Amino acid sequence: MIRIQARTEPSSMMKIASPLLAIVLTLIFGGILFSAIGKSPTQALHVLLIAPLADSYNIGEMFVKMGPLLLCAVGLSLCYRANMWNIGAEGQLLAGALGGSAMALYFVDSESAFALPITLLAGIASGMIWAAIPTFLKLKFNSNLILTTIMFNYIALYLLIWAVHGPLRDPQGFGFPESAMFSDATLLPTLFDSSRIHLGIVFAILSGVIGWFILSKTHLGFQIQVFGADEPAARYAGFSSKKLSWLVMLFAGALAGLAGVSETTGPIGQLVPNVSPGYGYSAIIVAYLGRLHPIGAILAAIFMAVLYMGGDLAQIEMGIPVAVVSMFQGVLLFFLLACDFFINNRLAFSNHATN
Amino acid sequence: MKLKSLLVSLGLLAGASAIQAAEPLKVGFVYVGPVGDLGWSYEHDMGRKGLEEYFGDKVKTTYVENVPEGADAERVITQLAKAGNDLIFTTSFGFMNPTVKVAKRFPKVTFEHATGYKLSKNLGTYVLRTYEGRYISGVTAGMMTKTNTIGYIGSFPIPEVIRDINAAYMGAKSVNPDVKMKIVWANTWYDPGKETDAANALMDQGVDVMLQHTDSPAPLIAAEKRGLRAIGQASDQSKFAPNAHIFSVRDDWAPYYIKQVQAVMDGTWESKDFWGGFQDDMLTLASINPNLPKDVRAKIDATLASIKSGEFKPFTGPIKDNKGNVAVPANHSLTDVELAQVNWYVEGITDEIPR
Repeated sequence: MIRIQARTEPSSMMKIASPLLAIVLTLIFGGILFSAIGKSPTQALHVLLIAPLADSYNIGEMFVKMGPLLLCAVGLSLCYRANMWNIGAEGQLLAGALGGSAMALYFVDSESAFALPITLLAGIASGMIWAAIPTFLKLKFNSNLILTTIMFNYIALYLLIWAVHGPLRDPQGFGFPESAMFSDATLLPTLFDSSRIHLGIVFAILSGVIGWFILSKTHLGFQIQVFGADEPAARYAGFSSKKLSWLVMLFAGALAGLAGVSETTGPIGQLVPNVSPGYGYSAIIVAYLGRLHPIGAILAAIFMAVLYMGGDLAQIEMGIPVAVVSMFQGVLLFFLLACDFFINNRLAFSNHATN
Repeated sequence: MKLKSLLVSLGLLAGASAIQAAEPLKVGFVYVGPVGDLGWSYEHDMGRKGLEEYFGDKVKTTYVENVPEGADAERVITQLAKAGNDLIFTTSFGFMNPTVKVAKRFPKVTFEHATGYKLSKNLGTYVLRTYEGRYISGVTAGMMTKTNTIGYIGSFPIPEVIRDINAAYMGAKSVNPDVKMKIVWANTWYDPGKETDAANALMDQGVDVMLQHTDSPAPLIAAEKRGLRAIGQASDQSKFAPNAHIFSVRDDWAPYYIKQVQAVMDGTWESKDFWGGFQDDMLTLASINPNLPKDVRAKIDATLASIKSGEFKPFTGPIKDNKGNVAVPANHSLTDVELAQVNWYVEGITDEIPR
C-alpha cells in the first residue's frame, strides 16, 4: 500500500534532486520515444535541448522567445504567491499589443523621440486596464478570478481581431488583416546588428530582478508571502488583502502588457492577428517551473524558449514530426512539475491497508 | 593552428566541388497548420511529396509544420535558410513580412510565398484561382438547393474570400435566379468546433447546401448528420460525409512546386506573381458524388470544361456591386491585379462585408 503524505517541511534534498530526477526520467522516455520512430535518440536530444544554444544566432533567438514568457511569468508568480489565480496574462498581453499598436500607428509618420516611450506606456496601461477589470469584479462582487480572466483572454483576442480587420488595418494592405508596418521611431531598438535581440528583453530580465527585489526585500513582498502561506494569519496581522490583490494584479497586467507591445514593436514590427502563440498560457508553466520565484522564472523562461526552438530545429534537422516533439515536451514538463510534488510530499509505504 | 584550419577548409572545398554535381537541391516548406489538418497544410505537404516523387534524390525536402504567424515565423524561415535550403516555400499569408525580411538577408536563396503580394528579386508569390472552383460550386449549389438558400462559411474577410463568395453567388444565380446566400464568418482557417457551429447556424436558417472557405471537414460532417449537402474545400473530403458530399475542390500544388524547382535547377527562375487554376491542373474536382442528378452532373462537367479551356472567366463584366455601382465594365475580365483587390459584394448578396 502506497500513500501520499505531506511532509512537515519541504525536503531540501528533493529541492535539488527533483530536477535531476526529472531529467533522468525524460532521457529514458526520450530514448524510447525517438527509437520507436526510428530516429537516433542522442541526436534528437542534442537537437532539442542543446542546438538551440549552439550558435550566436540561435542564442539571440532564444532571448527573443524568452522575453514575453518571462515578463508574463514574473507577474504571474507574484499573483500566485498572493493566491490571486490570474489566468489572464494572455489577454493582458494581447491588450498591451493592441493598445500599444494603436499608439504606434498614431505615430506612424512621426520621428519624435517620445513616440517609443509613449507607445510602450500605452501598451503597459492597456495591460493594466485588462487586469484591473477582473480584479475589480472579484473584489467588488466576489466573482471567480480564474473564470473572468479566462473570459477576458477571449475578449482581448476578439477585440484585437476586430481592430486588425477594421480600424487598424493597413489601408494599402489589399484588405488583409494586418496593420501597416510601424515607423522606425516606434520600433524597439535592437542591441546587436545581426540579431533580433531588442530592448524588450532587457525589460524582461529587469522585471525578474525587480520581482525578486519586491518579493524578498520589501515589506510588501513579505505581505504577499504571508498571504500565500496563511491567509487568516495575514488578515490577523492587519495586512489588506484588497490592496495586495490590486498591486499584484496591476503589476502582472503591466508586465504582460509590456510583453505584448514589445512583441509588436520588436520582432514583428506591426500588429498581426497572431501576436502571441499562447505566451500568456505558457507563462503559467514557466511560473511554476520557476517555483513562483522571479529569478527561477528567468531560468524557466530560458528553458521553455530552448524547448520551443528545439522543436522547430528537430523538424528542420531531423524531420521529426511536430506531434512527436510536442509529446516529448509535454512529458518533460510533466516530469519536472511532478517531481517538484515530492518536495512537499512523500510516498509512505506500509504493509497493510490503512483506513 | 591557422595552417591546419586552412588545409581543412581547402580539403572541404575540394570535396565540395567534387560532389557538387550530385548534390540535391534542398527545398524547405513552412506550414501554418499541422500536416494532418486534411486541408490547406495537408495539400501543401502532398505537393511536397509530389515534388519528391518527381525528382527522386535530385531534391531533398524539409518542412516545419504548425508555425505561428507571429514573431516565430522569421526565426523558422531563417533557420531553414541557414540549414542550406536553396528554395523555400512559405505557405500562408501571415508569413509575408517575415519572408520579405529573411529574403533580404539571404540573397542567394530563392523564396516563394503563397497568397501574398510583396515581391523582391529573390522572392516570388503564388496563389490559386480558387474562385474558379467556387463558381462551379455555386452553380452546383444553385441547382441542388430546394430551399433556394445556400450557405457560405467564410474564414476572414480578405479579398480571396470576398472574391470567392462573389464567384459562388454568381454561379448559383446563373442557374437559379431566386437563390439567396447566407454568409457566416468563422474567423478561423481551421477550427472544427467553430466550423461546426457556423454550419449549424447556417442550416438553422434554412440553408440546405453549404460551401466552406475553412479547411476542416467539420461542416460536411454536420451536413451529413442533418441529411443536407455540402462541398469540400482544399482536399478530398468525401470520406467524411459519403451522402452529403457533392464534390471537393482540391488544391494541387505539386505541378507548381515541380515547375519552380525545375526553374531553380535550370537557373531560369524569376520573381513573379503566379496565379494557378484548373488550366494549370492546380485545382481539380475530387470525388464528384455519383448520387448527384444527371443534369447537375452534366452542368458541372460543362462549366468545368468552359473554365478549363479559358473560354469562360467568372469575373467578366458587366458586373454590379450590391450598392449599385459598376464593379466590372462590360467586355472586361478582371486582371490578376484587379482580382487581388476585390473588396465588394456582387449585386444580390444582401449582406455587408465586415469592416
